[in-house]
Amino acid sequence: MVQIFIDDKPFEVEDGITVIQACESAGVEIPRFCYHEKLSIAGNCRMCLVEMENSNKPVASCAMPVAEGMKIKTNSEMVVKARKGVMEFLLINHPLDCPICDQGGECDLQDQAMAYGTGISRFVEEKRAVKDKNLGPLIKTHMTRCIHCTRCVRFSEEIAGNETQLGAIGRGEDTEITTYLEEAMDFEMSGNVIDLCPVGALTSKPYEFVARPWELKKTETIDVFDAVGSSIRIDSKSDKILRVLPRINEEINDEWISDKTRFAYDGINNQRIDRFYLRNSEGKLIEESEENIIKSIHNLLSNTNSSQIAALAGNTLDCESIFSFKKFLDELKIENYDCRQDDSFFVPSQRFSYIFNSTIKGIDDSDSCVLVGTDIKKEAPILSSRIRQRFLSSPKNYKILSIGKFNLNFPVELLGGTSSSIKKLNEKKNLDFFKKSKKPLFILGQGAMCQADAADIFTYCLNFYQKISKSSGWNGFNVLQTFSGRVGALDLGFYNKKNISRSLIKQIYDGKFKVLYLMSADEINFDKIPKKTFIIYHGHHGDKAVKRADLIIPMSCFTEKEGIYVNLEGRPQISSQVKFPIDGVSHSWDFLNKLSKSFNLSVFTDLNDLREKMFLNHEHLGYINEIKLSKINKSKHSKLKLSNQEMKSNISNFYMTDSVSRNSQIMSKCSLAFSKETK
Amino acid sequence: MSQTSFKKIAEDNMQPKEFSFDKENMQLAKKILKIYPKNYKESSIMPLLSIAQIQNNGWLPKKAIEYVSSFLEIPEIKVLEIATFYSMYNLSPVGKFHIEVCTTSPCMLRGSDDILSFCEKKLNVQIGGVSKDKLFSLNRVECLGACVNAPIVKINENYYEDLDLNTTDKLINDISNNKKVKIGSQSGRKGSEPRKSSYDKKR
Repeated sequence: MVQIFIDDKPFEVEDGITVIQACESAGVEIPRFCYHEKLSIAGNCRMCLVEMENSNKPVASCAMPVAEGMKIKTNSEMVVKARKGVMEFLLINHPLDCPICDQGGECDLQDQAMAYGTGISRFVEEKRAVKDKNLGPLIKTHMTRCIHCTRCVRFSEEIAGNETQLGAIGRGEDTEITTYLEEAMDFEMSGNVIDLCPVGALTSKPYEFVARPWELKKTETIDVFDAVGSSIRIDSKSDKILRVLPRINEEINDEWISDKTRFAYDGINNQRIDRFYLRNSEGKLIEESEENIIKSIHNLLSNTNSSQIAALAGNTLDCESIFSFKKFLDELKIENYDCRQDDSFFVPSQRFSYIFNSTIKGIDDSDSCVLVGTDIKKEAPILSSRIRQRFLSSPKNYKILSIGKFNLNFPVELLGGTSSSIKKLNEKKNLDFFKKSKKPLFILGQGAMCQADAADIFTYCLNFYQKISKSSGWNGFNVLQTFSGRVGALDLGFYNKKNISRSLIKQIYDGKFKVLYLMSADEINFDKIPKKTFIIYHGHHGDKAVKRADLIIPMSCFTEKEGIYVNLEGRPQISSQVKFPIDGVSHSWDFLNKLSKSFNLSVFTDLNDLREKMFLNHEHLGYINEIKLSKINKSKHSKLKLSNQEMKSNISNFYMTDSVSRNSQIMSKCSLAFSKETK
Repeated sequence: MSQTSFKKIAEDNMQPKEFSFDKENMQLAKKILKIYPKNYKESSIMPLLSIAQIQNNGWLPKKAIEYVSSFLEIPEIKVLEIATFYSMYNLSPVGKFHIEVCTTSPCMLRGSDDILSFCEKKLNVQIGGVSKDKLFSLNRVECLGACVNAPIVKINENYYEDLDLNTTDKLINDISNNKKVKIGSQSGRKGSEPRKSSYDKKR
């Protein structure tokens, strides 16, 4: 700790921080454009100039480290004059088009010009004009507005680290921000440059001329498009979701979100199921009333032997839906249900076998990393950039080993593409390395966990991890989930406890079941299901399942209800209701209540009653935002057979992973534009 | 500004289809790489770009930029940033003899403006242009860093110093006739030694 004086008041601040950070902690606002906490220091906008004693020039506070006894003045005559000067320079080439600029109302330049500028310009020469760049379907550019703060350049280099990066070409007045030959920005986190841009140079294409920030209703909630559960803010206007922005959450997503999180929102209102349908004898879907539907389900289920009924839950369901569904099935004595449409492997009732035990923050503490069959850049871009940042903090010492050939945004040492190459971990060179590694990080991807030999891969990795792990306070054995509803469903025990041999999906394809109840489960191959199987689809979007389903029940989408989701760390989070459900659509548990009544089963009186009953057996779900840490249990040694199957990710197209993103026009534009990537 | 005239990426029809270092340059490039630590090999980007430019008749095509980027395993934009920043790299074709006349203050005081307009007239080239026979290209540059021998002209990789209109005329004639030309001072003095005769007389 050092003592410094800011505006003559003494403050104790941490050693090694910069003056701008010290001022921030002291509650003194310093204007800035290029400085950003999460990015490296550039010091090129000069807006953060402050006066320092014993320096006859103003100093850039973002680049000046604090020192004992330093005397800083943030409001002296010199500082005010310097800010006015800098502001005037910045505005020299900036067009006066705030009324038609999408950034207007939430623009750093606009705000700071009001607060610190002179209000006049003495510049009479010609202004500079820069050709706009085409950076793909997500980012709209207006490069004349650019003030060259290089935040976007530093973001693409340091956080995203993709092959396509932004850069500043030319120099002086000719400087332009662009990608190489105007290639589209095709990385999974590209949308964050929109938030970073302090002016209106990089704005959102889908949000182009849509609304002004003060018109929007802002709802703080969480993301469900991947298992990370990023903190987001949904901006809506009269029941229409207009954009999604990240919220700062150091423990999960820092302040970044992936492009799917940010732009898939337009899928929520497309192709919604808002009525009940029953397929007639001619194979046409006919609209039906709710009572008739309940009657026909009642007849169907009561006339079928419960061993001939199967149920699957979707990948993005909230805990409430899954719990009410499970209760309904349990009371009807239907045992064949599962939440894993991909047959992913886990050890029943062993929580450590399906969550990210080290927690996301734990990545920063790790000192080596092993990726097993995970294309983490596509499966969880937020985690991937976190690993990249960890790697960049000590590139010489942090080693990342990968099994499975993937295009990642950090350099890896490839051990091989097949599951049998996991054995190479036992080579002497690697063993020697892990001897020194105190906090190794193992990440098992869903690509590996969905393979036929997943159990062997899991056991082999677990045994190896236990062999090399040293400190007891560190659990670095992780399984990376890719779907937001999966951990919650497994926590609630939505899987077949008797028939754990991962054959449910195969039995469905074999036609063992007469009735199949799908709760927004779209990921199975409907062509393989025999025609005689009666499919009930209870979901919110007209997706793959609707073409095949015989009976359709609408339900509310995740923005229309409050729900508990457990993210990949096993952290229960609660999402907020952004708008009311569309007309004629009720919540999933509400419909199941009505269905239960027809069977004379118990019902939930309301959402709170449902939650209370849920917390009774699953206490940890009630502790919102708290992670229940799990310990590794020893696995039984069995004969391990690792196959020569090539490791693949379970996500082939990052932009389309669930029924909402498949129905999003923005996402389909992306997957068309970036098809080079998704091939 | 005329300085930017060779900084625009050339049209596609002028771009060669392929680029890779020839045998000699490959050896040289590997030698240069060795100077820098392994994890900082992108530090060698500037000499590598120079080699590529010399190999490709004095300018850098897109393929060369992509080649250097894959050679150093860095994104292409990082190479383009460097290539567009420094005035020594040309991104569009130049003449066989690329003449760069320094016009910064010391050279200007010693008559560089006359040399520049003389070159323009003699070669029938505009500043920032290439002659019809593609033998000469002319450009005005900022300080070449040899002010003691002002005025200076840089032709391809070499400096020609202490010029006046006569020596410039001779220099261009000799070069276009493929005669061997002395590099450095054209007034006969050695390096940048004091100009004894004229200096003493005036005193």
